[in-house]
Amino acid sequence: MRHVIIIGSGPAGYTAAIYAARANLEPLVIASSVEYGGELMKTTDVENFPGFPEGIMGPDLMTRMQQQAERFGAEIVYDDVVSLELDGPVKAVTLGNGDRHEAHAVIYATGSAYRKLGLPDEERLSGYGVSWCATCDGAFFRQKTVAVIGGGDSAMEEATFLTRFADKVYVIHRSESFRASAAMIDRARADEKIEFVMNSRVEHIYGAELVTGIGIVDTVTGDERTLDLQGVFVAIGADPRTHLVHGVLELTEQGTIAVDGRSSRTSVAGVFAAGDVVDPTYKQAITAAGSGTVAALDAQHYLETVHDASRTAAVASA
Amino acid sequence: MSTRDVTDATFEAEVLKNEKTIMVDFWAEWCGPCRAVSPILDAIASEHPDKIEIVKLNVDHNPETAMKYQITSIPAMKIFRGGEVVKTVIGAKPKPALEADLAEFLA
Repeated sequence: MRHVIIIGSGPAGYTAAIYAARANLEPLVIASSVEYGGELMKTTDVENFPGFPEGIMGPDLMTRMQQQAERFGAEIVYDDVVSLELDGPVKAVTLGNGDRHEAHAVIYATGSAYRKLGLPDEERLSGYGVSWCATCDGAFFRQKTVAVIGGGDSAMEEATFLTRFADKVYVIHRSESFRASAAMIDRARADEKIEFVMNSRVEHIYGAELVTGIGIVDTVTGDERTLDLQGVFVAIGADPRTHLVHGVLELTEQGTIAVDGRSSRTSVAGVFAAGDVVDPTYKQAITAAGSGTVAALDAQHYLETVHDASRTAAVASA
Repeated sequence: MSTRDVTDATFEAEVLKNEKTIMVDFWAEWCGPCRAVSPILDAIASEHPDKIEIVKLNVDHNPETAMKYQITSIPAMKIFRGGEVVKTVIGAKPKPALEADLAEFLA
């Protein structure tokens, strides 16, 4: 039986692992089989993580966090959680390979999953021009025309990144103003390959075998038009990944896992949550890392209490 | 067992003229999901040596083949039989999900 199992390997999961490992809790980290390292694995330069004045590549940052956790004794398993038993004093986690692990406490840091546009041809053309990862797929659009759908930081980053390859990059956003930070917007605005298409909603993705264009509607005038292009990069945000804990942990109205005040304590004793899965607002690597720290410290405190209680019970029954 | 590489130069002989069922993993160094799925493909290949052969093609070094098969997203895994693509799987997936996608070729 473990002290604590950490589910997730983004900044929240690995930071929780660093703290838990340094507290001699020998954490087991379930890192995922193909999405380990989390969202930062799909980014390039991270320029706002403190301590890296020259910036650092997202995958490098995550490898460093992983190594830092391992240095203090965290054990990392590259598999996916398929089911959880969180009620009661002993928590159990079952993995894709069938292994079952038990622990007194669980830190849940599964992050969030990309939102889809919800268009009929999106799934069919996914991988044939529709993409959720500019850093993975951008290079296949050399001298092509592409569109980034979205108005947040990730949309700006993807658009700027795609100008390395594409001749033209549309940024299509459904409202008049961006959620993205000023620095990211300014950089995109300064790029002559980028054209902003505001107040516009994507209605269709066209293409028999590969994407050939999109149909957009002006949300103010209702006018429809078609843009001929070969790539569609969807960056309209992400939803907290809570499917494993539906009906088990209390959720907020925004769909994140509910926690008690500024702590990481969920509605189930011994289960703590951290990172984007509890954060409907900030969703930054550094806030996720901070939240991972909170979860590790809360878990540590909980384990001390459980340990004291079981010792008292043992003395009482002796 | 680690999967071996094929190139633009060897593609015809090793893949198109291969008599066995062969899967080509189109990948690149800079693609995180490709690196993640690579050991899973190695495992599937070594667990089913008589059913399927799995090879890798680096799209940066072999643009001709990548272009011919209209790769726009990696990892892209294409299964060839008798020189024809009979199945395409796109994106890194956990081992059970990949095995389900490939079930007809592994049985």
